[in-house]
Amino acid sequence: MTDLAPEQGEQASRRRPRRWHILVFLAPAVVIYTAVMILPLFETLRQSLFNVVDGERAFVGFANFATLFGDPRWASDFWNALGNNFVFFLIHMAVQNPIGIALAALLSLPGLRFAAFYRTAFFLPTLLSFVIVGFIWKLILSPIWGVAPWLLDLVGMKSLFAPWLGKPGSALIAVSLVSVWQFIGIPMMLIYAALLNIPEEVIEAAEIDGITGWGQFFKIKLPLVLPAIGIISILTFVGNFNAFDLVYTMQGALAGPDRATDILGTFLYRTFFGFQLQLGDPSMGATIATIMFLIILIGVCIYLFGIQRRIRRYQF
Amino acid sequence: MYRTTLQGVLLASSILAGVGSAMAADVTLNIESWRNDDLQIWQEQIIPAFEAKHPGIKVTFSPSAPTEYNAALNAKLDAGSAGDLVACRPFDTSLQLFEKGKLEDLTGLEGMKNFSEVAKSAWTTDDGAKTFCVPMASVIHGFIYNKEAFEKVGAEVPKTVDQFFAVLDKLKEDGTYIPMAMGTKDMWEAATMGYQNIGPTYWKGEEGRKALIAGTEKLTDEPWVEPYRVLAKWKPYLGDGFEAQTYPDSQNLFTLGRAAIYPAGSWEIALFNTAGLKLGAFPPPVVKDGDTCYISDHNDIAMGLNAASAHKEEAKVFLEWVASPEFASIYANALPGFFSLNSTAVDMSDPLAKEFVSWRETCKPTIRSTYQILSRGTPNLENETWTESANVINGTDTPEAAAKKLQDGLDSWYKPAK
Repeated sequence: MTDLAPEQGEQASRRRPRRWHILVFLAPAVVIYTAVMILPLFETLRQSLFNVVDGERAFVGFANFATLFGDPRWASDFWNALGNNFVFFLIHMAVQNPIGIALAALLSLPGLRFAAFYRTAFFLPTLLSFVIVGFIWKLILSPIWGVAPWLLDLVGMKSLFAPWLGKPGSALIAVSLVSVWQFIGIPMMLIYAALLNIPEEVIEAAEIDGITGWGQFFKIKLPLVLPAIGIISILTFVGNFNAFDLVYTMQGALAGPDRATDILGTFLYRTFFGFQLQLGDPSMGATIATIMFLIILIGVCIYLFGIQRRIRRYQF
Repeated sequence: MYRTTLQGVLLASSILAGVGSAMAADVTLNIESWRNDDLQIWQEQIIPAFEAKHPGIKVTFSPSAPTEYNAALNAKLDAGSAGDLVACRPFDTSLQLFEKGKLEDLTGLEGMKNFSEVAKSAWTTDDGAKTFCVPMASVIHGFIYNKEAFEKVGAEVPKTVDQFFAVLDKLKEDGTYIPMAMGTKDMWEAATMGYQNIGPTYWKGEEGRKALIAGTEKLTDEPWVEPYRVLAKWKPYLGDGFEAQTYPDSQNLFTLGRAAIYPAGSWEIALFNTAGLKLGAFPPPVVKDGDTCYISDHNDIAMGLNAASAHKEEAKVFLEWVASPEFASIYANALPGFFSLNSTAVDMSDPLAKEFVSWRETCKPTIRSTYQILSRGTPNLENETWTESANVINGTDTPEAAAKKLQDGLDSWYKPAK
């Protein structure tokens, strides 16, 4: 870079007109995003510091948080929801992402027939609405009209069937797996794209060195798609800790049986909007929403500062 | 943001509506309701009957979806665009509106003397001094049974709890029918059709309910735990996989003729009548033959007067008519299963509805124990009762543990006046 004489630089900036169009083009997105996302977020954070005292809305500091963590009933509901949410997340990490990666690896095999068909078929559920997915699976798993008990009966394994959605021990796993079924397309697509980005030369060089098959996948391809796996993990984390719809459509707002499928989203919904005879409590609802926001913020920070920086990227 | 926009739209629509009514010579009264299923009945039977007798007053019935009603009504009342007459939900939802001054005090209405204290309890202030909605209808709990199923196994209609379980045993042995159609997936079935259905027999209806509110009885006392013990015994008689059986599943099982007994609310009558089955009904069985029977006769719907209405005089004329035996008779016959709360006996033509309402003469009525006052705090007693009733039937909790959880939850916020 050549140094410019100071007066030359001044001239350059004088000659260049102010680029208003940048602001103009940014404005719609910034205004809309601020109005529908940022302002409500801050309003929620603010509301969590207020509550109704003697019929008047008053500033209460962190009293709402003290109730949420200090009152044994609130705390038990909260920790139950948080624990369930972690189970929900872990099942996604343990089932959805490995299977997604495996499917992507299979799809990227050269010479696979009907690859486009499989790709579409695996991705299709992701496009469906939660309500449809929830309803379909509720019907499939219904012990009375469901396809699942009938199919198991056909292969003589009816005894394995149980009303999974109605048992406290299995309901959360069943709901998580339905969610996995729905979203398997997302890790698959992202990894598939990453795998296609690996240059032929690298693969050829590996083959010349005698690394093929499984070895090639684990030693060459997997390290190269690690950044994509990182992104998927964080997307899964954010998605799971914000989840609500599927549990609500499949198990209702009380997230039964016996709070077994209650995650932070349904807990927030019940508290904020109320349910049946329970009247809504915006202050405690905002408190829970704030905690959810913090959990996701911490999770994302851990990823950004702890993991993403250490992932090695390869430039080709 | 959303709310103000909504209010703006509502305000605009109310101005337009105001212009419309100003041009008409007659006074038009608007009714807000969540019963959109009843639109036809109002338009074809109820409103013509009223208008024929009261020339000069026109009535329009404009219902909204049940799940949106409370929120929509609140927004409309705040914006001043709500109808003149407002359908009232029972207890706290309406009480709140009255306390905020949105509903007119109707204690002085002439027709109020046609209603008993229990009938008015859902729309009266805690001290019983003021009533703010005219009671319209209640729903009664009991059991509906398939007569063919009973004939097949040679069962008699049970009167006592022992007979009830003997019938269930017979049905189970026979195996043609699922003895009882109920699931625990949606949870409220277990609480509303189970616990609140058979419970009043044990806690002696109003006596127990009031004692609970006064704090002289607790949910852990025998009369409140015993119904849970009975409920736990239902488990073997429910269909395969009842843990994942939803409310529509139960309805379908019964209307398809696959189940013999259905723990019911009277609102099912209209639907079940379309199934073409021979049906009968019996009240919750008593412990010993000759005991007083108790039924849950739960206040469900009433009508109040919007305090901001421009036509209060005309609206009061309409409310007087709603309180009259004439309205009661039209309403109860048009909607079998929604029983008039009027003290005057109403002639009904539907046999199943008649059977249900006949229990009012032999049994003592009460309302659902969790609805008045006790569901004001957090944790919400009604919602907890759903969860625990399902837990008891599923076997997740023992009856004693369930009762203790409920009482602990109630104790954490409710301090009865001593």
